[in-house]
Amino acid sequence: MITKVVLAKLSPTMEEGTIVKWSRQEGDAVKVGDVLAEIETDKANMEMEALGAGVLRKVLVPAGGKAPVGALIGVIADPGEDIAPLLAEAATAPVPAPAAASTPAPAPPFPAAPAAPPPLPAPTAAAVTGGRVKASPLARAIAAQKNVPLTSLAGSGPGGRIVKRDVEGYLAAPPAPAFKAAPAGAARPAIPVPSVPPGTAIPLTSMRRTIAKRLAESMYTAPHFYVTAEIDMDAAVSLREQLIRAEDVKVSYNDLVLKACAKALTRFPTVNASWTGETIQTHAEVHLGVAVSLAEGLITPVVRNADRKHVLDISREVKELAARAREKRLKPEEFMGSTFTVSNLGMFDVTEFTAIINPPESCILAVGAVRKVPVVKGDQLAVGHRMKVTLSSDHRVVDGALAAQFLAEVRRLLESPASLLL
Amino acid sequence: MALITMREALNQAMREEMRRDPSVFLLGEEVGQYQGAYKITQGLLQEFGEWRVRDTPIAEEAIAGVAVGAAFVGMRPIAEMMTFNFSILALDQIVNHAAKYRYMSGGQIRCPMVMRGPSGAAAQVAAQHSQAFESWFVHVPGLVVVMPSTPKDAKGLLKSAIRDDNPVIFMENEVLYNLKGEVPDEEFTIPIGLGDVKRVGKDVTIVAWSRSTQFALQAADLLAKDGVEAEVVDPRTLRPLDEDVIFESVRKTNRCVVVEEGWRYAGFGAEIADRVQRECFDDLDAPVLRVTAADVPMPYSRMLEKAYLPQPEKVVEAVHEVLYR
Repeated sequence: MITKVVLAKLSPTMEEGTIVKWSRQEGDAVKVGDVLAEIETDKANMEMEALGAGVLRKVLVPAGGKAPVGALIGVIADPGEDIAPLLAEAATAPVPAPAAASTPAPAPPFPAAPAAPPPLPAPTAAAVTGGRVKASPLARAIAAQKNVPLTSLAGSGPGGRIVKRDVEGYLAAPPAPAFKAAPAGAARPAIPVPSVPPGTAIPLTSMRRTIAKRLAESMYTAPHFYVTAEIDMDAAVSLREQLIRAEDVKVSYNDLVLKACAKALTRFPTVNASWTGETIQTHAEVHLGVAVSLAEGLITPVVRNADRKHVLDISREVKELAARAREKRLKPEEFMGSTFTVSNLGMFDVTEFTAIINPPESCILAVGAVRKVPVVKGDQLAVGHRMKVTLSSDHRVVDGALAAQFLAEVRRLLESPASLLL
Repeated sequence: MALITMREALNQAMREEMRRDPSVFLLGEEVGQYQGAYKITQGLLQEFGEWRVRDTPIAEEAIAGVAVGAAFVGMRPIAEMMTFNFSILALDQIVNHAAKYRYMSGGQIRCPMVMRGPSGAAAQVAAQHSQAFESWFVHVPGLVVVMPSTPKDAKGLLKSAIRDDNPVIFMENEVLYNLKGEVPDEEFTIPIGLGDVKRVGKDVTIVAWSRSTQFALQAADLLAKDGVEAEVVDPRTLRPLDEDVIFESVRKTNRCVVVEEGWRYAGFGAEIADRVQRECFDDLDAPVLRVTAADVPMPYSRMLEKAYLPQPEKVVEAVHEVLYR
């Protein structure tokens, strides 16, 4: 049987992809589900799997080449099968135009059901056809039990069917490395600074294009306003030291901020919401985006259901996601579907800053460094730890008073941080 | 434990039961003087005499009719079919009489008979002599259908079949007659309606009986080289069926492949697939697949015979399919 190898849409905003390498060569036997090629999308390097079995008879776009989504890049067929007509057709057929070639890629819409994060395209074949998700009964049962939204999964079975391994892969996405504290005071890993000679026209990477498009769209369409709060971090600093001393466990301030936001968001559903044009859609689940800086841009991996996770699990997951983000190894479901984002520049000793909302969210929290500052305690001057956070809000959804109340809740939680360990 | 062939195991079972119960007797074509067409009844005429080991004319309906009548009046006949290919001549006696009287007489008349003999394909005996007829008999309420795959199961189940008060269709397999296996020296029986896990595994459940169990076990060996641990479940009795041993396995592996030597169309494997999809729906990660004979009369050619039958390689292929490999 002939199976066309077509460049799949591996991220919602992907219009074209670069073939990083072919994992199978012409003449190699392939099974369904074998990794055929590694594709660079605007977000990450993704593996593309075979949808049919046979022999990889023809590679039409070699490694290093670019192709639009939907283009024929190879052919799988039985050894003796005649693929000449298909190749002839491919040579003359116009390359399918990418769906969103000239219009800005719309932010992934949230479905009506508030429980589910935005639907994601399947990396192989679409599991969602005509509104129905194709999944094996077992995959459905596990997904229901573990609260995994099937719509955010990519099916690896025939016709894009979601099967057990897909759900398990999703659940195991961050393969939990043994949690071990780094020695206190260890040097921060230096963030790579790209060196570019002055006076260069830097070609745009697809990631840079996406950042430009989405954040400009956010800034131009969502009326931003900013509310800043100063948080007394004395208790959090002491808690963190206790954890290191007593349990040899290192939790970052950002992990505590994430947990505080997750908790606060469950109490402020309208902050955990999206503007849809017709309605304000509040989300039943709290999925936190964590901005991670890369040499060529940034990406926001997602900690799903952060409100239901222990701060240690959040800490572990962020570390793991960030590491893979830097290797460009995130799967789409790992950077899609967040409902609120936290951006932290504390490691650069930034006092405070403002961030642009990550659509279709309504708010983003910009977190500065924890700094020792002179504070007044009673009538005495003392040394205290303070951290400034700034909430950017979309005024279509969130008003000033609500933003202030939400920030007050985040501050309350961080100032009584024992509650974050519950 | 002694290592004996299935032929010897069947012979021992009949010999022991005939010694144990004087109402047990044997009839069939060539079972006496000739010592059995497949030598299953070897030595029985010498030990039990011609009253209890009776050679009959080549008339399957008569053999079955005599057995049914004898059973109705309290005997425990064992009617040998030279092969089950010819048992269809006796279907009226089995379906309309043996299977019905206990029900129609309100339990007053029982039919404690065994009809036994080889079923399925041998080697190049072609379309009329290579048929797997279990799906015909399992269809009938009132019958018990037993199909052992090892010498031990054959002995333990044939003894239970002879002691059972219902008509038992006991289907052997010519290719398995020389199969050797460990059989306990001491007296034992295996209950009718109890399945058995022939090989433990965690990745896929392969359900098979009689000769297909061998195909399944060979497939499991091939799969093991590939890192796949297949569990082979042999129901041993097709009616009544030990569903639980199958369901328990499928709930563990989430995948099921049924292998049968009969034709696919309305074959017994479809019954298993139906029950698994109904009872284990939420445990299934893939559709239940069946590996069966081809939907044609058995060809004479050796190569076509191989192509017709379920083979270990076809089982491996089906397992890969349910594993999405």
